[in-house]
Formats: sequence, structure tokens, C-alpha cells
Amino acid sequence: MIKQLGFLCIIMTCLLSCTGQSHDKTRDKHTITIAGSTSVMPFTEKLAEHFMLDHPKFVIDVQGGGSTAGIQAVLNNTVQIGMSSRELNNKEKMLNSITICHDGISIVLHPKNPITDLTLQQIRDIYNNKIKNWRELGWIDRKIDAVTREEGSGTRGAFEELVMKGKEIDDSIMVQDSNGSIKEVVATDPYAIGYISLGLVDQKVKPVTIDGAIPTIKNIKTGKYKIVRPFLYVTNGELDMYAKEFVDFILSRDGQKILKKEGLVGFYD
Amino acid sequence: MIEKALLKERFVKWVLIAFALSSLLFLFLIFIFILAEGLPLFLKVGVGNIIGGFKWAPTRGSFGIFPMIVSSFLVTIGALAIGAPMGLSCAIYLSEYSGKKTQMLLKPALELLAGIPSVVYGFLGVIYIVPLVRNYLGGSGFSLLSTSIILGVMILPTIISISFDALISVPKTYREGSFAMGATKWQTIYKVILPSAKSGILASFILGMGRAIGETMAVIMIAGNALKIPGSILDPLRTLTGNIALELSYASGDHRLGLFSTGVVLMVIIMILNYIANFGIKRKIAK
Repeated sequence: MIKQLGFLCIIMTCLLSCTGQSHDKTRDKHTITIAGSTSVMPFTEKLAEHFMLDHPKFVIDVQGGGSTAGIQAVLNNTVQIGMSSRELNNKEKMLNSITICHDGISIVLHPKNPITDLTLQQIRDIYNNKIKNWRELGWIDRKIDAVTREEGSGTRGAFEELVMKGKEIDDSIMVQDSNGSIKEVVATDPYAIGYISLGLVDQKVKPVTIDGAIPTIKNIKTGKYKIVRPFLYVTNGELDMYAKEFVDFILSRDGQKILKKEGLVGFYD
Repeated sequence: MIEKALLKERFVKWVLIAFALSSLLFLFLIFIFILAEGLPLFLKVGVGNIIGGFKWAPTRGSFGIFPMIVSSFLVTIGALAIGAPMGLSCAIYLSEYSGKKTQMLLKPALELLAGIPSVVYGFLGVIYIVPLVRNYLGGSGFSLLSTSIILGVMILPTIISISFDALISVPKTYREGSFAMGATKWQTIYKVILPSAKSGILASFILGMGRAIGETMAVIMIAGNALKIPGSILDPLRTLTGNIALELSYASGDHRLGLFSTGVVLMVIIMILNYIANFGIKRKIAK
């Protein structure tokens, strides 16, 4: 026990001294701090990785915390860029926002489910617990196992805003805490319905068309598919030279290509 | 020479004391930390609105966790309903019937069962129990029943080892006396051994309850986490621990405080259970 604790102490002091050293080194480097939405974070990390390969002088520090926390951090000037997976609300309007790409949310069913099209109203009613049985949608007499994301999630926030439109998600709806576990539930339960980020849809689940529009990058661009949210970078006033260089990289063809590869909707084809 | 040895002796003793007390310190720090984070919301929203409230919508200012308290207890009772008879039977077999050899086989197996990480139980539940329940009984499978089954298995080692200790510590003279009166083995167990080991067995059930109520990972994976109080054993439900683990990653502001308040309630429940197990019941054995 003591030995282990001693070992821990040694590791910790090592770690502390390490961070101290790297702090000195960063002085002649350009540090960009970014925080916010955990939906945007993995893509920002990917972009940062690519950017730092070509620009060794840059250190990009990406943290999560959620859209709201990210915007708050920008307001307090604790980070340079905040990531948000929802639009700014009225209180936050004085901040600058840069849309880096769009992300579609697809409504997914089990591949065995014969239903291929739903209307926004039907989805709203399912999550509001007004439609409880698949029979009401023209399938067998079986309870609908709807799954939603947990309170505070950006995807849930976007879903509430774009689909529920002020109606509440009912308390009897099941809750999972990630896109991945929603996909897993829908992939294994033939009677389930869920919603996940478009980039994560594969053959394990079946996306439905909403009012006739298939969730594809093309339909999102033409505005036919409606359940789309922006991924935003939020800044307080003008960015400094270095942060601007990073943002310019994201908005360039190269940056957008990386995002497109991840299944997001960029600005170029 | 001797003085040096004595000095070393004293040094070792003090080091050991310091480390021994550190566990107490950790407990104290955790206690203070959870209370400091959790209590402000109780003062702001009101204890009744949190513990007695039915609506959990932390981003819109409702922090009711009553359905989760009920669900936590339902799951625990379900786990006991499955784990207690199995565990007690196993403990009786181990202490009264089995020979040294089977004991040597069963005991390490049980220790292994206790050592399996809960995420593995959760995974097995999602892959096997949930589809079984869905296909044969209906519902989505993410339900009170599936969760109770998995938790029932998870609390087996706790119940078995503690009730085994209680059974084995019944003096041999009791058994011999009973046999001398002409009682059969089962009569002896039923009429003599079980009653005299009663408090230890109850303590094992209550510690099992504590384990079930505190389990998180496996529960999130198979309970379905719906906010409503389940209407049947096939309905999904959300426990107190599940609530904290599900939502902590995105929570900020009052939402975060709400999760800490959930933690305070959970801590109080577990403290009460441990108190009952340690002082209420074990004391009686001493008498």
C-alpha cells in the first residue's frame, strides 16, 4: 500500500514538473484555446491535429464542457473560441458567430421496420407520447420504444428546437447518454425509434425520410431536409492573428474536406 | 543500537497511523465536497421540491427526483427478490452440506463473481437479458425486470459471503443439541441455525441492498433511464445513480448542482442502510 502510494507521489511530481516545463516552452508558441460543445469537439480536435502538423508553432487546446459552458467561457474571455452546436439565443447575440459546417440529425429505425417515411408532426407526437403504438403509423400492434438523449445534450437541444417546437419530450421516453448507445438500442430493438447525428448513420440502422426528404448532404444543402443544426465557433470581438489563421484553415477547402469526410455538411462539394 | 531500532519502530508506527487515518480523511473530504455542492440547491429550491418533486427538467428549473428515489428502491427490492433466495440457499449449502472440496471450488468462484467489472454485467444484460425479456415478455426489454435480474446476480457474492459467515459462526453445540433431540438435518437448519443466524443474514441482505442501490454502470446500460415511475416490471426506469452518471457530462450551473443534490440523497440512503446493517443488526448478535 505505502509502496503504491509512494509510487503515485513520484508519478504525480513527474507530471507536475512536466506540465511546468511545457508551459515554459509554449511561450514562443501561439496558443489557441477552444472550449464548448462535445458534439463539435471531436471534429475540432481532428482539424487541430491536421493544422498543427503543417503549423508546428501552434498549440491548440480543445476542451469540452457543452455549448452553454463554451459560450460562457467566451463571454468571460477565458477562451478565445467557443464551440456551439446550437444557435445563439438573444442574450448571447452580441457575440460573433462563425458557422463552420452543418450537421443533420436523422431519425432512425431498426432495418426490419417497414416504415420509411414519417412527418415532423408524427415524430413530435411519438416523443410527446400521443402516438404510442406502431399500429397508429400503419404497422403491427406493438408499443413504440422511443429513445431520446439526456437533458443538457446539444443533440437533444437541437431536436427539441427543430422537431418538438416547444412541446415537451414525455417522461416515459427512454434516455441514453450518447449517439452510440442510441444507435445500439435502435439496432437491436426492432420496435425502437431514435435520433442520431447524420455522420454516424450506417447499415445497422435505417434513416427515415421526413416529409419525403431523405437525410443526405444534398437535401440538407437544398433545404429539403429540415432537421439540421449549425456547428458554430463563437468569439468575443475580433480574433487575434493566430486564431484567425486556424479559423481560415477550417473554412478553406482543405478544412472543409476533413469535415465532409466525417459526415458533416460543409460549404464545398 | 537498541535506541535506533526503537526509533525506527516508532517511525513505522506513525507512518502506518498516518496512512490509516488518510482513508478517514478521504471519506471526510468526499462528504464535505458533496454537501458543499449539493446543499445550496436544497436551500434555493426547497427540500420538498427536490425529494418530493415529480418533474425532473433541470434546464427548465424543475429538480424533482421522487420518481428516481422510488425507482432506486424498486430495483433494489427486485434485486433482493432474485438475489436473496439464491444467495441464502448457496450459503446454507456451503456451511451445512458441502464438503471441503466443493467449498474450495465454490468460494474462489464467488470471489471471481464479485470481481467482474459492472460494465461487463451491463454488457451481458444488453446482449442477452434485454432481448430475452423483449422477445418473450414484451416491452422494450430495457426494464425493471432486466435490471433486477442483473443486480440480483451482482449482489450474490455480498449476500453469500456475509450470510455464510453468520451461519458458520453458529456454535457447533446448537447443531449437536438439535440432532440429539432427534431432529433431521433440515429441521435443524430451519428451526435452529437460521433463527440464530438471523441478524447476520439480515445484515447480508441490507448490505446487498446497499450494493444494488449504488450500482451505476450496469444500471444505465439496461434500465432504459426513462424518467417516469415504472407502471409494470417491463417498464424502463431511472435510478439516482443513473441520473448522475447520465447527465453529468453536459451539466452546468443549476443542472450540475441538481446532480450533486441527487448525490446527497443517495449518500444519505446508503448511510442509513449501512447504519442499519452495522449497528442495528450486528449489535444484536453481540448481545
